[in-house]
Amino acid sequence: MMRADAVALVAAALRDDALVVACNGMIGRELYTRADASTRFYMIGSMGLASSIGLGVALVKPSRTVVVFDGDGNVLMNFGGLASVAAAGATNFHHVVFDNAAHGSTGNQRTISDRVPLDDVARAAGYRRTARVRDSGQLRTTLESWFDAPGPSMLLVEVDRQNVAGIGRVEPSPTDITARFRAACAQ
Amino acid sequence: MGSQFLDLLERHGYDFFTGVPCSLFEGVTRILDDERRYGYVSAVREDAALGLAAGAYLGGRQPVVLMQNSGLGVSVNAIVSLHQIYDIPALILVSWRGQDGRDAPEHLIMGRVTAPFLDLLQIPYEVFDPSSIEAQLRSLTETMRATRRPVALVVPKGVLDR
Repeated sequence: MMRADAVALVAAALRDDALVVACNGMIGRELYTRADASTRFYMIGSMGLASSIGLGVALVKPSRTVVVFDGDGNVLMNFGGLASVAAAGATNFHHVVFDNAAHGSTGNQRTISDRVPLDDVARAAGYRRTARVRDSGQLRTTLESWFDAPGPSMLLVEVDRQNVAGIGRVEPSPTDITARFRAACAQ
Repeated sequence: MGSQFLDLLERHGYDFFTGVPCSLFEGVTRILDDERRYGYVSAVREDAALGLAAGAYLGGRQPVVLMQNSGLGVSVNAIVSLHQIYDIPALILVSWRGQDGRDAPEHLIMGRVTAPFLDLLQIPYEVFDPSSIEAQLRSLTETMRATRRPVALVVPKGVLDR
């Protein structure tokens, strides 16, 4: 499954008022290109911190569903973030990890998630639910009800290592992203 | 002093607390740990605390991030590639281990460079002075709100330990 298609499928499964924090690199760019909305916060630097940012949002906006679009490289860089999510136990927090076992935006160098299953780590840390899907059929079926049940959850989506063509950069400036996301949180 | 200082922070609108502890502000973290109303989030690392604070700000809160000055090192990328470019304000309460060159070896170099390090990162700061802390916090908070960038309150030994 191509990652951009998986990103679009997950985005399409969300309610309009769900808040999304997307990690830096190709995942945020693909979300922006395929399914931009004011409810998206695109992290362009600070690699690793998407889950921490998302947890911060989830803790102060308990009535909103918060979904972090993350990558294996990001999760590995802030492994303690999994522990923090598990310890906080925020039922409105959902972690979707697009795992290609590679650093997609720097030339697909291998990470170590092929040897360290991130969904197993999340479950061991204390995530309430985890699942791993390997193709678009499994992903579609899982998405039918995934966000209806309480978190913290991790849905790990195995994706291909190639990048699809036609994915641009995130166009709004960081300060514009902040302003529109804060307004979306306040609604 | 810890509870008076927390009252002062709340009067200035700070309403989200996260961080990593230091013995120099133990008087503050003890209260944050004990009183659930603060919702203190014990972070695993200082940059992760800054990430949590950013999320809380996006959700409408005004965060305080507590850390030892040793944590400034791991915080650099979060400060310069998250808070400072996204206009995300925060008050960083940072202890000053190794301030006068008399401390455990691991604190001596960071203690010596703490102030120039904050200057290098363009973080406005004040060194906590109990006799003028109200004015210091007012001034830092005004700067933080006007610039929408992090500011720091540097905590020397002996002002917030109990």
